[in-house]
Amino acid sequence: MKINGNGNPWVISVFILVIFLGGWHVLTLGSSFEAKGKTEEQLQMMLFNGDIVRTKGGGYAWNPEKMKGVPGPFAVVEKARTELSEAFVIKGTNDHGIAYLVLYTVSRFAAGFLAASVVAILFGILLGLNRVLFRAFNPFIQILKPISPLAWMPLLLYTVKDPKWTAILVVFMASVWPTLATTAFGVSSLKKEFLHVAAILQLSWFKRLYRVILPGAAPTIVNGLRISFGSALVAVVPAEMLLGELGVGYLSWIEWNNLDIAGVIFAILVIGVVGVILDAGFNKLAGLVTYQE
Amino acid sequence: MSFLVVDHVSKFFPSHAGGGDVCIFKDVTLKVDKGEFVTVIGHSGCGKSTLLNIIAGLETLSEGGVILNGREVSGPGLDRMVVFQNFALMPWMTVFENIALAVRSAYPDWKKEQVVAHVHKYIALVGLKGAEDKRPIALSGGMKQRVGLARAFSIEPKVLLLDEPFAQIDALTRGVIQEELVQMWNATRNTVFMVTHDVDEAILLSDRIMLMTNGPSARVAEIVDVTIPRPRSRDTVIEHPHYYKIRNHVIHFLVRHAAHAAAVARGASDEFSEAAPLVVRF
Repeated sequence: MKINGNGNPWVISVFILVIFLGGWHVLTLGSSFEAKGKTEEQLQMMLFNGDIVRTKGGGYAWNPEKMKGVPGPFAVVEKARTELSEAFVIKGTNDHGIAYLVLYTVSRFAAGFLAASVVAILFGILLGLNRVLFRAFNPFIQILKPISPLAWMPLLLYTVKDPKWTAILVVFMASVWPTLATTAFGVSSLKKEFLHVAAILQLSWFKRLYRVILPGAAPTIVNGLRISFGSALVAVVPAEMLLGELGVGYLSWIEWNNLDIAGVIFAILVIGVVGVILDAGFNKLAGLVTYQE
Repeated sequence: MSFLVVDHVSKFFPSHAGGGDVCIFKDVTLKVDKGEFVTVIGHSGCGKSTLLNIIAGLETLSEGGVILNGREVSGPGLDRMVVFQNFALMPWMTVFENIALAVRSAYPDWKKEQVVAHVHKYIALVGLKGAEDKRPIALSGGMKQRVGLARAFSIEPKVLLLDEPFAQIDALTRGVIQEELVQMWNATRNTVFMVTHDVDEAILLSDRIMLMTNGPSARVAEIVDVTIPRPRSRDTVIEHPHYYKIRNHVIHFLVRHAAHAAAVARGASDEFSEAAPLVVRF
């Protein structure tokens, strides 16, 4: 086998996927029901309990409705098919179609992330421009930064008394620190010549901010936003689970409560897909504001 | 009264090692007439760039004052534009936008068409027609500094401050741009204060060359009149009988005399202390 970096990565990706799905299928296949060695009475009992069902041929088989263990890929596909066909159906207060759940999660995520980004960038610029303020605030930032955003949840729930806002605030807490720290760093390490030019040209406070400081620090700020983005995405799922707020994270928990493992796997996949789409959108935006030197 | 007066200016920095402040340069006085091209040469660390930044208003002075056109300088302003050693072009802006930012600041009342025409005029003047929409990353060092010069000239400042403007440009390109600067200066007759390491550059461009001793406690020791008639160009200026006299004098100074401070510190008599700078004229 030659290792030379040539060839098509897609082929390998498809190969990995096939191996994974095949392995998953085989490992979750389970043994077929063996009626031999069981008395008629035992079989009647299992039939009565719904553990087994009669097949067309007159034999017995495991009840597919009561499958034990992790479901195979076909079961998950089947689950996905039904969920997606009912994507826009609202069956009850806690049973909204998957499209709505995605919408709730994305808007919750967006609200927390955007609010945190605005606050962090503005405050970060202030700290980046003023060394004394930066050094005064830095100890507090250092203490607050490593706290898991979920640790705030009871306190937030107690103070705002509304799980809807608490979930958004948890996302806020998850995404405020990385952006704040990198913005302050990016602004403070901005080439001083840029600020000198701005000073000589007598740019107004506002023009200095949006023509020089923001675009100059943009690549660093975007790096911070990227980290914030990731941690906000991680935080939104458990926040929904713990607060019982409808969303894709909550879907995973609901399906667990229903003991519908195929549903849990489906929810996990939806979370992954939502993350990938949001991330791609973010990268598009990031490409617009970064520059090369 | 001269157009630009640097009056007994000293600069101290707090010492890193603790103790007293470190004196960068001391008691620097110079008078620049309107339309004059004055250059400062000295070894690294003599504070010549600091002096330029003080005139620009980007750094504070410790003693003395800077007076431009009868008014004391108290901060940066559009009347003193700097051409930076590392160009200081905004990398996220195109060539046009970089210059337009300056033009709009200098002439806030102008209409859009006026600004556009003005910017294009100066882009053409530095020979960058066709590069208007390029970003600095797509330009060579020489082209970047042409943009820097166009930006500085475009706002028609009272004083142009050139901070080792060609130090980061390769030697062949440097000569070409120096020539271009001579032509631009001939057309505008701006007042220019330049800082450089390059003796040939100083002779080609300047009316007077100020020689600074080494820091700390640097001072202006000599002022050399460049008695070579204008207009000058690179190939004719070296033919002039005074060219090598001036060049040799400056280099002798930089090699032999600039290091006086160390000798003074060891107890030798300070030949440049207190006395006004020696005026050298060939």
